[in-house]
Amino acid sequence: MREIAQMFPQVVVDGLTLGFVYALVALGYTMIYGVLEFINFAHSEVFMFGAFAGTEVLLALKASGLMATFTPVGSLFVSLLAGTVLTGLLGVVMEKIAYRPLRSAPRLVPLISAIGVSFFLQDAVRLVEGLWHNAFYVSAPTLFAGGWSPSPTVRIPTKSMILILVCLGIMLGLSLFVGRTKLGKALRAVAQDQATSSLMGINVDRIISLTFLIGAGLGGAAGTLFSLQYTLIHPYVGFILGIKAFTAAVFGGIGSIPGAMVGGVLLGVFEAFASAFLGPLTHGAFGAEYKDVFAFIILILVLIFKPSGLLGQSATEKA
Amino acid sequence: MAKVKAMMSRVWQRNSGNPLVIGGLILATAALVMILPRSAVGFALFLASLFALFWAKLEPRHKLVMGVISLVVLLPVIGILNRYYMDVAIQIGIYMALALGLNIVVGLAGLLDLGYVAFYATGAYVWAIFGSKQAAKFMHVGTYPLRGEYFWLFLVIGVVAAACAGILLGLSVLRLKGDYLAIVTLGFGEIIRIVLNNLDKPVNFTNGPNGITAVQAPALFGLSLGQGIDYYFIVLGLVLLVITVSRRLQESRIGRAWEAIREDEVAAVSMGIPVVKAKLLAFAMGASFAGAMGVVFASKQNFVDPSSFSFMESIGVLSMVILGGMGSVTGALVGAVIVTVLQLQILKSVSDYFSYLRNAGILNLPAQLEIAKYEKFVFGIILIIMMIYRPTGIIPSERRRLELEGKGSRGDTGTGGPPEGGKAVPTSSTGTGAAGLGGGGY
Repeated sequence: MREIAQMFPQVVVDGLTLGFVYALVALGYTMIYGVLEFINFAHSEVFMFGAFAGTEVLLALKASGLMATFTPVGSLFVSLLAGTVLTGLLGVVMEKIAYRPLRSAPRLVPLISAIGVSFFLQDAVRLVEGLWHNAFYVSAPTLFAGGWSPSPTVRIPTKSMILILVCLGIMLGLSLFVGRTKLGKALRAVAQDQATSSLMGINVDRIISLTFLIGAGLGGAAGTLFSLQYTLIHPYVGFILGIKAFTAAVFGGIGSIPGAMVGGVLLGVFEAFASAFLGPLTHGAFGAEYKDVFAFIILILVLIFKPSGLLGQSATEKA
Repeated sequence: MAKVKAMMSRVWQRNSGNPLVIGGLILATAALVMILPRSAVGFALFLASLFALFWAKLEPRHKLVMGVISLVVLLPVIGILNRYYMDVAIQIGIYMALALGLNIVVGLAGLLDLGYVAFYATGAYVWAIFGSKQAAKFMHVGTYPLRGEYFWLFLVIGVVAAACAGILLGLSVLRLKGDYLAIVTLGFGEIIRIVLNNLDKPVNFTNGPNGITAVQAPALFGLSLGQGIDYYFIVLGLVLLVITVSRRLQESRIGRAWEAIREDEVAAVSMGIPVVKAKLLAFAMGASFAGAMGVVFASKQNFVDPSSFSFMESIGVLSMVILGGMGSVTGALVGAVIVTVLQLQILKSVSDYFSYLRNAGILNLPAQLEIAKYEKFVFGIILIIMMIYRPTGIIPSERRRLELEGKGSRGDTGTGGPPEGGKAVPTSSTGTGAAGLGGGGY
C-alpha cells in the first residue's frame, strides 16, 4: 500500500499528460460525429499522419539549423502549425474523396470506406517513410529537456507541462470558436439539422468540410504533441490510441465537445492507474499489459449502461 | 470496354452450355499450372475456370462429375506436384469458410463485426492447448498431447466454444447498432488477442507471445493425417458442409428473419421476429464456422500464436465478404479466392519482381521496402473503391442490391425525426432502430 501511495502523484501526472492527448483526438471524433453522425474510423490514422507531419517538420528544422534561431518555443509553434494545417487538409481531402459520395448511402457503407481510408493511410505513410528514410520508425528531436520535481518521488517534465498548456489553449480556442463565432453557430446548426440549416442559407457542404478541417487539424496537433512527448512514432501508433480516444469521446458523451475533453482526461488518468497499480494490487498476476483491455472494457460498459456518456444528452437514440 | 464486355458475354452465352468447352477449359488451365509452376496467373486462371464451371449452364449431372474430378483429382494432383499450391488451396478453403461465417453476421444480419478473428482464435487455441503439451502445464488429469483421433471431437468442441463466444459477444452488443457495434466488436477482438498474449501468467494457459507449438495432426484409426493432401480433403469437406449450411440458412425462416432485421429492425420487431434470438443466432452461427476452421488451422500450422489473430485478419475476411457481395454465398466464395490469391500470390509476385529490378540495378529501392507487406494499402483501396462504385460487391445478393441501389437516401434529418410515412424507410437510419430496442430515444 505504501508503494501505491508513493507512486500516486507521478501516476496522476502521467495520466493527465496522456489524457490530454486522448482529449484532443477525441474532439476530432466528436466533432465529426456531431455533424455527420458518422464515426470517422480513419481519425486514428489522421492523428498518426499529424505525428509524422509535425516530426518531419521538426527534423527538417533541425537539419537546416533553423531550430537554433527559432528557439524551442518557436520550433514547437512552427511544427505544431504545420502538423495541424497539413493534417487538416488531409481531412478535407479524405472527406471529399471517400465520404462525400457516400453521404446518402446506408450507414455501413461510409464506415467501411473509412476503414479503407485508415488502412490506406497506414501503409501510405509507411511506404513514403520507407522510401524516404529506409525506416518507418521515426524519433522526434527533443525540444524541452528539463523538468520540475516538487518532491523526490514526483517529476513533471517540461514537455508534459507544455503539452497540457497547449491542449488547454486549443480547447479554449475551439470552445470560443464553436460557441461565439458565426461560423461556429453555422456548425452547430448543421449538426442539429442539415436540411433546415441549408434552408437558412448555410452552405452545408462547406461546413462539413470545415468540420473535417478542424477535426483532423486537432488530430494533427495531438499527433505532433504526442511525438514530442513520447518521441518514437510509427505508422501503427494511431490505431490503439485512436480507439481509446474514441472510447474517451463515448465516455464523455459523443457529440459533446466538453464531454470529449472530460472523457479524454479521465480515461488517461484511469489508464495510468490501471497500468501502474494493476500489478501491485494483484501481486503481479496481471500487470500493465492489460491496460488496453481496461480501456475496451470501459468502452463496452459505458455503451451498455450509459450510452449517452457523462455529458451527452441526445446520444441514446444513436447508440 | 463495353464492346469487350458484350463480346465476352456473347462467347459465354454460346459456349457455357457445352460440357466439352468447359471441361477443356479446366483441363487446359490445369495443364498451364503444371507447365508453368511459378506463374501466379496459371493458378488464378484454373480457379477462374472452376467458377466458370459453377456458372455454366450444364446438366447438373455433368457439372457434378466435372466438379468432383477437378476438386478431388486435378487440384490435389497440382498440389502434390507443387506443394505451394496445396498450401494456397487449403488457405483459400479456410478463408472461404471464414468469409461465409462473417457473411452471415455482416451480410445477412447486417451487424458489422470487426472482431471476427476472435472466434477463429478460440477454435485454434482450443485444439492447440489440448493437442499439444501445453495442457499438461495446468491440467493434472490425463496425458497431453491428446491423440490425433481427438481432433474430430475438438472440431465439435471448437465449434461450440466459438459459438459460445459469439453469443457472449452478441449479448453484450445487443443494444448497439452500426458504428458502435463495429467499434465494440473490434475491441472484443483486441481483448481476446491481448488476453491470449498475456495468459502465460498467473497460470500458463496460452504460453503468451511465444505461442504453442507441436500441435497434433488429426488421425483416423491410428492413421496420422498430417500431410498437405489430408488437410486439403478435411478443408474441402468442411467448406462443402459450410456452403450447404449457408445456403440452407439463407433460404430458411431464420435467414429471412436476419435479412428483415438488416433492412429494418423496427419493422422486423413489429412483424413478430424475435430479434434478440435471431441476432444471437447470427453471431453464434458465424462464429461456429470460424471455430471449426480455427481447429484445422492450429493443426495444419502445427503452431499458434496471438499474432495470427490480429485485427488485420478480421479486415481481410471482411474485405472478402464486401468484395464478393454482402449477403451472397457465391460472392463470399469468390471474394475469398480473390483476396487470398491477391495476398499469397499476386502481391508476392509483384514483390519478387521489384526485388528482381532492385537486384538488377534497374530501380533504386531501399532494401527495407517489401511490396508483399503492403497488403493493407491494397485492401484499403479495394474497400474505398468498392464502397464508392459498387457497394453491392462483385456478385451481389439480389435483396442487397435492391436495398443499396433501388432506394437511397439515409434520413439526413439528423437527430431522430420520425421516419417519413410514404418514403421507403432506409436501413438503420439514425435512431429509428434503437428506439425499438430499449434505446429509449424519443
